[in-house]
Amino acid sequence: MTATAPPATGSAPARPLTPSRTTATAARVLRQLTHDPRTIALLVIVPVLLITLLRYVFDGAAGTFDAIGASLLGIFPLITMFLVTSIATLRERTSGTLERLLALPLGKGDLIAGYALAFGAVAVLQSALATAVSIWLLGLDVVGSPWLLLLVALLDALLGTALGLFVSAFAASEFQAVQFMPAVIFPQLLLCGLFTPREAMHPVLEAISNVLPMSYAVDGMNQVLHHSEITGDFVRDIAVVAGSALLVLSLGAITLRRRTP
Amino acid sequence: MMNYEPGATPPEPPTDPPPPAIEARGLTVVRGDRTVLRSLDFTVRPGGITGLLGPSGCGKTTLMRAVAGTQARATGTLDVLGRPAGDPALRSRIGYVTQAPSVYTDLTVRQNLDYFAAVLHPGRAHRDARRAAVTRAIGDVDLTSHADALAGALSGGQRSRVSLAVALLGTPELLVLDEPTVGLDPVLRRDLWNLFHRLAAERGTALLISSHVMDEAERCHRLLLMRDGQILAEDTPDALRHRTGTRTVEEAFLHLVNARLADETAPPGPPLTQEASR
Repeated sequence: MTATAPPATGSAPARPLTPSRTTATAARVLRQLTHDPRTIALLVIVPVLLITLLRYVFDGAAGTFDAIGASLLGIFPLITMFLVTSIATLRERTSGTLERLLALPLGKGDLIAGYALAFGAVAVLQSALATAVSIWLLGLDVVGSPWLLLLVALLDALLGTALGLFVSAFAASEFQAVQFMPAVIFPQLLLCGLFTPREAMHPVLEAISNVLPMSYAVDGMNQVLHHSEITGDFVRDIAVVAGSALLVLSLGAITLRRRTP
Repeated sequence: MMNYEPGATPPEPPTDPPPPAIEARGLTVVRGDRTVLRSLDFTVRPGGITGLLGPSGCGKTTLMRAVAGTQARATGTLDVLGRPAGDPALRSRIGYVTQAPSVYTDLTVRQNLDYFAAVLHPGRAHRDARRAAVTRAIGDVDLTSHADALAGALSGGQRSRVSLAVALLGTPELLVLDEPTVGLDPVLRRDLWNLFHRLAAERGTALLISSHVMDEAERCHRLLLMRDGQILAEDTPDALRHRTGTRTVEEAFLHLVNARLADETAPPGPPLTQEASR
């Protein structure tokens, strides 16, 4: 070995977000996934299987399949990305790699955006396949553009990533992280209008459902289902979901501490 | 390349007047309701190996975390490479290796290093420099034949060397290594210490290395002896042995502990035992 140090490349100063550090982080997260093909298979295939199952559960009621199927296309990415992100971030915290990264010139925004980008890409793959199978093979009757369904699904995935990142800060183990799924996701699932129209709920529950982001995710899907044009409600829905995702992502950034007790 | 022979104190590198690598004045750290570090004063010179020795639980890791800037609730003055510890400008100048290897077990050795290199020197413009730095770091820790193995498939000792390689990437001016040789076989331990000496001699790196194995003390240029959140002594191994009239650093450490205990249990009045002077 030689004593010559490599040329001082003058590493870029730490900023909240550097595009090249963000993409490097996203590439690293995806590379980790490629070493785990079973997880990729589960992420991509399980939603397709479930939506197929649903189609034949409502074999005699095509209208019910349309309503619930479209909603589920929005809910799948939210739930799976929530689970994947909360476990992945928890691992990053417990393995010491998070502490190491934060002692390096990596912005917190790089880490969060890197995760969002990587899992967003997985969500696009997942949603594209589930949406395509639903529309072309299972006969899901969508009035609006399938691209809009995909857009809502992607935003839902980002919301799931954001929620997963946030709750992982409060989980000390993977057991706890998994238990946050029923705690954080199930109430939204019950109140989002999937089982019964939100207007028919107890007024208190309806009010609560008005402030839960998943209600808007499901409503957005239904807007595309029933309208060929982009409606005002649709714009409101995706704005609420995107805004909630950004809000929770910034809350997640606060839980990333460079100095820990 | 320097080879270290046990028993001989390595020659101290020429000491220029540059600012100390680490300077602490009244460094105090509280974790929970426990004061882990009690008003420490010490100096680590640049370009040499400083051993941080003391029993488990005496505060070595907390001190290192404070130097790396990851320890909350650190008060007093702690300057690292001329800047307050934790300063963002220090993040690419310090390499910090925690006791547990912090690498991604589901990536290969090279993929791990590629990512951390991209964090240190982002951008396409640095791609060739990054590749060279990664290859060099893998060679430094002698893992070239395992470069494409998953970190999770390596042995514990190999994985901690991957963690060390990550810290070597940016050619840091200060390396903070928390028990880097714990659990390694003697041959590997000797190789790592040879690497540490090469880093100090050829790259001018300052190294702060903790250990609770006293025989490693003989391999350091200078020592910080710690016990119970306090610095017992700060000197060269030779000077410590000489001053305490002992043959090994371990005996010197025990001598100093006894002197301190005698001090603490002594009735109020003039100190009975001569305190280790700096």
